[in-house]
Amino acid sequence: MSDARSNILSRLRAGKPDIAATAAPTQVPLAKWDPRGRIEQFRGKMESVRAEVHLTPRDSWLALLQRLVDEKQISNLLYAPDGPLGEALSQAWKNRDHSPLICRTEAVDEWKEELFFNVGGAVTTCRWGIAETGTLVLWPTREEPRSFSLVPPVHIAVLEARDIYDTFADLVEKEKWNQGMPTNALLISGPSKTADIEQTLAYGVHGPVELIIIVITDES
Amino acid sequence: MQQTVEFHDRADRALHNPQIRSNFRYAMDGLMYKRKLSFPDLDELNRLRLRSAEIRANALVNLPELLEQLERRCNENGIQVHWAESVEEANAIVLGIMNRHNAKLLIKGKSMVSEEMELNRYLEQHGIECLESDLGEYILQLAGEPPSHIVAPAIHKSRQQIAQLFKEKFPEIPYTDDVDTLTRNARQILRRKFYDAPVGLSGVNFAVAETGTICLVENEGNGRMCTTVPPVHIAVTGIEKVVEKLSDIPPLLSILPRSATGQHITTYFNMITSPRKPDEKDGPDEVHLVLLDNGRSRIYRDEELIATLRCIRCGACMNHCPVYTRIGGHAYGTTIPGPIGSILEPQKAGLDRHGDLPTASTLCGACGEVCPVRIPIPELLNRLRFERVRQDHTGVTIGQGSQRNPWEARIWKGWSWMHANPAIYRLSIRIATGLRRLLPKRLGAWTRVRSAPRLAAKSLHTLAREKGFDHE
Repeated sequence: MSDARSNILSRLRAGKPDIAATAAPTQVPLAKWDPRGRIEQFRGKMESVRAEVHLTPRDSWLALLQRLVDEKQISNLLYAPDGPLGEALSQAWKNRDHSPLICRTEAVDEWKEELFFNVGGAVTTCRWGIAETGTLVLWPTREEPRSFSLVPPVHIAVLEARDIYDTFADLVEKEKWNQGMPTNALLISGPSKTADIEQTLAYGVHGPVELIIIVITDES
Repeated sequence: MQQTVEFHDRADRALHNPQIRSNFRYAMDGLMYKRKLSFPDLDELNRLRLRSAEIRANALVNLPELLEQLERRCNENGIQVHWAESVEEANAIVLGIMNRHNAKLLIKGKSMVSEEMELNRYLEQHGIECLESDLGEYILQLAGEPPSHIVAPAIHKSRQQIAQLFKEKFPEIPYTDDVDTLTRNARQILRRKFYDAPVGLSGVNFAVAETGTICLVENEGNGRMCTTVPPVHIAVTGIEKVVEKLSDIPPLLSILPRSATGQHITTYFNMITSPRKPDEKDGPDEVHLVLLDNGRSRIYRDEELIATLRCIRCGACMNHCPVYTRIGGHAYGTTIPGPIGSILEPQKAGLDRHGDLPTASTLCGACGEVCPVRIPIPELLNRLRFERVRQDHTGVTIGQGSQRNPWEARIWKGWSWMHANPAIYRLSIRIATGLRRLLPKRLGAWTRVRSAPRLAAKSLHTLAREKGFDHE
């Protein structure tokens, strides 16, 4: 096996083309928006792929979440008790007797059956957003694992408006992604979809059927 | 020569199949239209193509160093890197991992390299079930067919054909040709498989040397399932897919989905940098990266043909190809069809096997014009047409000179001799114009659908001289 490695590398070295690397890369101008335009761009792109975007002031996002859970008749809602929203969610759900919160802190392997077949929806935070393409950026954590945004049929994502960047290029540069990547970084732009049958769009193939985004703004 | 006959037969059959003709025409028209809409600003498109071509070309210039850096970073991150010179070696590596885990089911995300390896057939011979989970690939697996397009694999099938297939394979599910219901049925069937599978496999769109990150582009979520749920994840890739820096990714991600399907971005962009860390609650415990050569390091040695390796597999060249649109993907008989397949596959398997593919082009130039990484596909098609008949055995391409026909070679030799001798040239022109009425009206295949060309009474030279042009 190490033979394969040295054979491939020595073939490549022997055949290395006599071409210089580009010294001055072509500049591609990056799109820019003001704060209000940024949110509108984000919302427009998200809605074009059938994601729902709801803007809300900080003090009423929980009420909005509960209303959405009721409207969509989500049977139960997976959340991360130790995550950034955990405290607020468990408080808000104290006096509710329907669509209960599900709280699982063990490794997913321990409750995979339930995750796959008995969870109605999951709520997570997002680390950033990208306006240009209408994209959520998640760096799943111990508290909010990767499968939360993947396996349940509905994913509700809570995003701070101030965390929306104009472009992916801007985000990667400003947040210095090259200095340390997480186990898994995810860009999510809409609910799961396919066009594999006659190029006809169908939503909800293997990932969430619905993606709902709550954008918290600091303006009223 | 065997393959050559097969290609002509398959192309002929496809051309006479109205279903194939209309399915492809409809699909390619849609894809071309959507691509155009997604690049409203031509200046941006041009800059983005230049930038993307630079990124890919620079990565190739430093390929051996970048592969070593990628391996180093992956090892630091806990991803196990394997090297394979041939598809046999790559298959054996995957089988070895499966056996170590005593795994009998492999769930697969879309991977053209695994098609190149014919991994499914290999593993099935060793008693391991492979299950495609991309909807298009799943449909084809049910039908026992290979993909006919690299981005939309089941594009040659109609909704009714797919509905019929589901009815045959799953008689317990009520018949439907409604796309949403078909999709939902596939979701139910495959969900249990994601849950059960001990090992998941994926391809790689980009591998970042700087951070040791594997990037995957997809819409369905099956790629995320295959790389998140099973305890073991194997990614297979060609050695050319590496890029130098993380900052190279945003331009490539901007141009790839727009070129492919006209989407501004795909639903998921999945960046994997390590297996599950000790305190994490999900994700595979093991991640393997298999780096496959299979002829790529040979293509690498030619300063012109190396551009073939820039490809990011968007499929725009086939979407815009008048030949592909008419004969469809299966006629090519290769893993990758269309213009990029016509330059890549003969270089991989040899011009003796796929020597006809470089001629399956009108050289209209559309493929080169839309290529997001500016591969000069028409020039490379032409170059391979030369390679297939040249006899000096100095190039690197396998099967060089294999399509050489001694008669054709003699005719061209005479042709060039005639053009290098003014007296002979003038004499031949005079004879040709003098005897022009003897040219038969039927010229074989050419005149079946066209009228025969007629020679003019006076040559261009004569006409020009009469008009007063002198030699300069």
